[in-house]
Amino acid sequence: MSLTLLNVIIAVVIAIAFAALNAAYLVWAERRGAARIQRRPGPNINGPFGLFQPPLDGVKLMAKQLLIPGDVDKILFMVAPVLAMAPAITSFVTIPFSDHIVGHNMHIGILLVFAFASMGGMALLLAGWSSRNKYSVMSSVRAVSQAIAYEIPMLITVITIVMITGTTDLMGIVKSQAGGFWHWNIFPFKAGVFNPLMLLSFLVFFISSLAETNRAPFDLGEAESELVAGFHTEYGSMGFGLFFMGEYANIVIGASLTTILFLGGWDCPFGLFPGVWWFLLKIYLLIATFIWIRWTFPRTTIYGLLNLSWKILIPFSLFNLLLTAGLLKVF
Amino acid sequence: MGAYFSEIFSGLWSLFVGMGITFREFFSPTVTVQYPYETLKMTARYRGHIELISDEEGNPNCVVCGMCEKACPSSCITLAGEKPEGGKKKVLTSYLLDFTKCSLCGSCVESCNFNAIDFSKEYNLASTRKEDFHFNLLQRLKDRNP
Repeated sequence: MSLTLLNVIIAVVIAIAFAALNAAYLVWAERRGAARIQRRPGPNINGPFGLFQPPLDGVKLMAKQLLIPGDVDKILFMVAPVLAMAPAITSFVTIPFSDHIVGHNMHIGILLVFAFASMGGMALLLAGWSSRNKYSVMSSVRAVSQAIAYEIPMLITVITIVMITGTTDLMGIVKSQAGGFWHWNIFPFKAGVFNPLMLLSFLVFFISSLAETNRAPFDLGEAESELVAGFHTEYGSMGFGLFFMGEYANIVIGASLTTILFLGGWDCPFGLFPGVWWFLLKIYLLIATFIWIRWTFPRTTIYGLLNLSWKILIPFSLFNLLLTAGLLKVF
Repeated sequence: MGAYFSEIFSGLWSLFVGMGITFREFFSPTVTVQYPYETLKMTARYRGHIELISDEEGNPNCVVCGMCEKACPSSCITLAGEKPEGGKKKVLTSYLLDFTKCSLCGSCVESCNFNAIDFSKEYNLASTRKEDFHFNLLQRLKDRNP
């Protein structure tokens, strides 16, 4: 019994450490990447290649006063940043990094991840509502309409994958893609299912995960040019820090899910050196693409965002769902 | 229906073109000059405050004709000289520049017939006291050529 408790505590500590470390160093990677694209050096003063910048930023954030503006809803105001961070960390529990590195594998793992992903939208709504600030309210209204619009194509694509693999167990989904890159769900050569649209389905899922994590070009929730800082306008210190860490933890989860569902998880492309590093390589390549996209495209409008979802992504993912169902019936 | 699909594909294609551009920029060299650690060489026509020019032995080229003092519209320049015993030419004994009044018009440099003054490339001038902008150019010349 005590051993189980110890296991749980260790798993939680590792999950928090992984999320926090990723959040800190993804900020560094983001700033260095942005700088390279804009032909600047980026943070390079503190330590080699500016590697001490994230811990120093963390110290600075923690040293600041946690200011609560007058007349805000204090309880919701304090709960919101925690609610932004907690589900992001909890989702790590069920994500399999390799066939034995997983916090707790569940038969309904994918359902759990999406249930927690929806709570992220809740956190933004609470933060915006409790801040007593018109920019924050505008921002949370946008964030929620965006979350609703993009969860639909995402979930329909996930249903397509679940139909192909026949399981909601994340580890089972990875195992069904084992044995070389031509078995991955992104490619249409899978035995039994010759669905040529899976590559586009991958794009739909990838775009939706960009939108779900409030990343540019879909970062309407915190559109600086219009809404100051959006839902976290009134937050300072670690309140802001938690939103920031939650955002980056969500990016890691989005990349992990994309890897598990479409890119074969920890499965290595040619059967060479199997192990967790293939999974890490894939998720960090996806995260690098996230950063690359952010510093390439300008922010869309709210109309463009909703049009993209309701007029293109949802009809397309529905069509692919029907096509996959038909193909599974035929073959 | 055709327009719907062609719009999607042309839009998607333009996104990939954009990402190609940033991909190329990512691998291009950086162009930043990190100011306190690196500095650019000032351009030839940059006008800092004036500075005395010396000959090979480190003595000022100035013959104390006073043309610059007369040419200055704001009376920034005060100079003095004396003829040493047995010497032929006057020797500069003090050259004071009040840079608080100077507008860098360049009349002094233009009026000098002996190549004795020129613009410096000094741009790091900041102070809270106006006395810091009263330069003793002769002293600065001696400091440059010890």
